[in-house]
Amino acid sequence: MTINEKQDEIIDTFELFDDPLDKTQYIIDLGKKLSPIDEQYKTDDYLIKGCQSRVWLYAELKDNLLYFYGDGEPEAQIAKGLISMLIDVLSGQTPENIANADLYFIERVGMSSLVTSRRAGGLNSMIQKMKQYGSVYSKLHA
Amino acid sequence: MEVQTIDIDTVRSLFPVLDQKVNGKPLVYFDNAATTQKPRQVIDALTGYYEGYNANIHRGIHTLAEKATSAFEETRAAIRRFINAPSTDEVIFTYGTTDGINLIAKTFGRQFIGAGDEILISTMEHHSNIVPWQMLCEEKGCILKVIPIHDSGEIDMEAFDRLLTDRTRLVSVGHASNALGTVNPVKEIIGKAHAAGARVLVDGAQGASHLDVDVQAMDVDFYVFSLHKMYGPTGMGILYGKREILDAMPPYRGGGEMIREVTFEKTTYADLPYKFEAGTPNIADVVAAKTAVEFIEALGKANIAAHEKALLDYATAAVATIDGLRIIGQAREKVSVLSFVIDGIHHEDMGVILDQQGIAVRTGHHCTQPLMKRYGISGTSRASFAVYNTIEEIDILKAGIERAVKMLR
Repeated sequence: MTINEKQDEIIDTFELFDDPLDKTQYIIDLGKKLSPIDEQYKTDDYLIKGCQSRVWLYAELKDNLLYFYGDGEPEAQIAKGLISMLIDVLSGQTPENIANADLYFIERVGMSSLVTSRRAGGLNSMIQKMKQYGSVYSKLHA
Repeated sequence: MEVQTIDIDTVRSLFPVLDQKVNGKPLVYFDNAATTQKPRQVIDALTGYYEGYNANIHRGIHTLAEKATSAFEETRAAIRRFINAPSTDEVIFTYGTTDGINLIAKTFGRQFIGAGDEILISTMEHHSNIVPWQMLCEEKGCILKVIPIHDSGEIDMEAFDRLLTDRTRLVSVGHASNALGTVNPVKEIIGKAHAAGARVLVDGAQGASHLDVDVQAMDVDFYVFSLHKMYGPTGMGILYGKREILDAMPPYRGGGEMIREVTFEKTTYADLPYKFEAGTPNIADVVAAKTAVEFIEALGKANIAAHEKALLDYATAAVATIDGLRIIGQAREKVSVLSFVIDGIHHEDMGVILDQQGIAVRTGHHCTQPLMKRYGISGTSRASFAVYNTIEEIDILKAGIERAVKMLR
């Protein structure tokens, strides 16, 4: 699936929810499904700055596709859910497509109202970090 | 004094902001320790000033300037009465509590605290009662010492006795803690500090609207607070100081209003309180602040305190049954602050889910990072109550927390 197809899928899912609490529950549950990452990646080098809670992210290139792996401290469930959703959208795509992705689903699913501005700062940091990986790997490859 | 029951419905009707839905639910505003909402009369006083007699004060000869000056000085008189200061000369307008503490650090501190001198603060201080002293100590070589607290959130008074020495120049403590709710024994602290020859600054940000403040009975040297935490406008605060100390202090900011005569060779300064009020002040907010003071006085501070205590007691008992919830700050005497953590749940997640239910609480370190470190936590969720809050709202909070716990576990 392309990045946009994935985004559209998330938008469709969120349209099923009337209550913002149900959206939050969905995000929390996504966080719970996140596979734990190896302890070696839970360092400051992989920490996403700007998050209130601690979230780590790293990427690996395989056959010119970039795969993301993320995790958060156990209590940070909404943050873990958000990174899980971003990984779902962006992981397994080409670095170029990741770097240039227009992530319109965030606005469309009402995530900007779902997360506080302080947490939205964290969400933006997550997106920036993933796009940065995309940008760096696309230049390496070029 | 006999406590009278306040008609909360009537009080609530004075606060336009409370009558709204947030995320589809009726707003429950429990972030009062950060800032309180404003009653109609405060809002009207603000617009009344701008619509009726906006003018720069003190220097103008025209009618509007006279009217504005008079309203401005009436607030000073109201504040003097509110804190029982001996004179309006000792009531300095600032931009808030932080501004007041910085003023004292930059004037009293620079003049009277030198290398090797000691400043005592407590573990529970707000960053605004830590950082200005650290800056002063870097500049002057003085030493900042910290009075430890017990697990309950109360100051360790035995440790205070040990830390108070003939090198102590200033003790600076909060009247009440914004993060824990603890009411500190400021009268005892002031008595002991004075006996040791030290001055005392009380940070009244969390005290002024809840506690009886009589600066003469306390014998406090400096008392600072913000009007926006006591139903008044933002950007406006008070520094009370004893006349003999204020007189001995150099001015803070230089500019208009604070001078007697300026020549290029030498400038002489104005008398109190204007010596510390350089530039055009925050006239509109100062003018409106009087109505906030009158609002509190009309309800009666003791009556407000009784209502808030009833809310705190009810809330404390209500949340005690929530599995894994721990209240941070269990002092015997508290203002209406309920700070808590729940096992396995991040306070930010709690804040987001409560907000989605229309409940406004504060989450995080509450500008008290060293205090959070003392408890080994990164932050708390904090509900803080004001006169317009109700028992029903606490029931909503409890149900909201339970819902969040269910979602997150």
